[in-house]
Amino acid sequence: MSDKPGGRRILTNGLVRLRDLASPKQIERVERRLFLKQGLSLGALAMLTGCDVTDNAAVDKVLSAMSRWNDRVQGGLFSQARLAPEYPESAITKPFPFNAYYGIDEVRVVDGGSFKLELSGLIRDKKPWTLPELYALPQASQITRHICVEGWSAIGQWSGVPFRDFLARIGADTTAKYVGFKCADDYYSSIDMETALHPQTLLALRYGNDILPPKYGFPMKLRVPTKLGFKNPKHIMAMFVTNTYTGGYWEDQGYNWFSGS
Amino acid sequence: MADRQHKAGAPEAAPTDARWIRIHPLTVRITHWINALAILMMVTSGWRIYNASPIWDFEIPSGITLGGWLGGALQWHFAAMWLLAVNGLIYLLYGIFSGHFRRKLWPVTPRAVLHDVFEALRGKLAHQDLSMYNAAQKAAYLGLIVAIIVLVLSGLAIWKPVQLQALTALFGGYDFARIVHFAAMSLVVLIVLVHVVMVALVPKTFPTMITGRARRTT
Repeated sequence: MSDKPGGRRILTNGLVRLRDLASPKQIERVERRLFLKQGLSLGALAMLTGCDVTDNAAVDKVLSAMSRWNDRVQGGLFSQARLAPEYPESAITKPFPFNAYYGIDEVRVVDGGSFKLELSGLIRDKKPWTLPELYALPQASQITRHICVEGWSAIGQWSGVPFRDFLARIGADTTAKYVGFKCADDYYSSIDMETALHPQTLLALRYGNDILPPKYGFPMKLRVPTKLGFKNPKHIMAMFVTNTYTGGYWEDQGYNWFSGS
Repeated sequence: MADRQHKAGAPEAAPTDARWIRIHPLTVRITHWINALAILMMVTSGWRIYNASPIWDFEIPSGITLGGWLGGALQWHFAAMWLLAVNGLIYLLYGIFSGHFRRKLWPVTPRAVLHDVFEALRGKLAHQDLSMYNAAQKAAYLGLIVAIIVLVLSGLAIWKPVQLQALTALFGGYDFARIVHFAAMSLVVLIVLVHVVMVALVPKTFPTMITGRARRTT
């Protein structure tokens, strides 16, 4: 958009105006028209400055506010009684895709022997957990669809400790708002307590029949089949229960925080 | 304006006489333009989201997409969807309960649509009375309404495949719902392109969607 046509139009209008100077009635009409046209040009100018809408603080503010609104709507839509569909073993995607904010050659390898899951925040028993202790707890298994924020999906099989059982065992304050996670690959995320207590939310320790391999998040991954893939943190080293919003690696860059499926 | 006054054979008349007829109600005009903006934002941000994991062997040129990156595009998409949905609901409720749909878009028969499309391709379709839609227009506008409804429903099926799993199943599961969503988008873009070309070919229809008035033809 250039300002040339607008300028030419105003010039033309000016000439018309000069020509019609003799008739006062004409002037009135022409001036009204001129006012309207200049008004339109002003509107066009406003739109022109607004063209770069993706790089505007006010626009960002509106979009963030809408994302918070969508968090609330999704929280309202969520039900612990509604289960993610489960699939037969034949539906499992092979190989299950690797996905992270880095390439597969940069996968962190955590030493399982010295590993201890750290607990903090609104939790009664903050004793750290070793892997053998976690493997000894009652386990559950699921074959569910992992849906990536990018749009692709894949079906996988995870086993581990139902997360709500684990929260009960450690005496987590389940009236708190959030459960947060810190990971060995500097990833971090947080979920709402409603989802943390969903029957299919799993502290996954195995993929298929194997101990969770590093590429899928050894020593443990939170499997949340009611949320998008990036809300399923891998390589979990520490978790905490809090009423303070702590966001997440992608959430802080603009992905919707709730991201429910 | 000058064009109209100097049209060969047209008698001179002041613009204030009874020769103007109201053809687009205010509600239709307002919802039309809000819908145009909402569809533009939804389609261009949707293209960016598509590019994050293309279904087919092509990507949409990023220059014509909205959002800058996947996260930005998702923010636009999930903000503009409210504008599209609320505005669309107002339009549908108005269209149904005011009799607007019945008066302007009904009846439409396949035979009349084929006839008018053929006439239009031969350049012989008359646009004398702008207050009446020909059968090709009726089919296009009804088709657009249906396509946008399918677009919204398949979008909900992709967004909430767990909470709205019955809807997702209706669209053949998560992956097929993405294909339906893309197909419905393509149909909407196609109808909008034809619509814009038709407006360019019959430019006197353009101001009527702003002022709501058209000059009565003798």
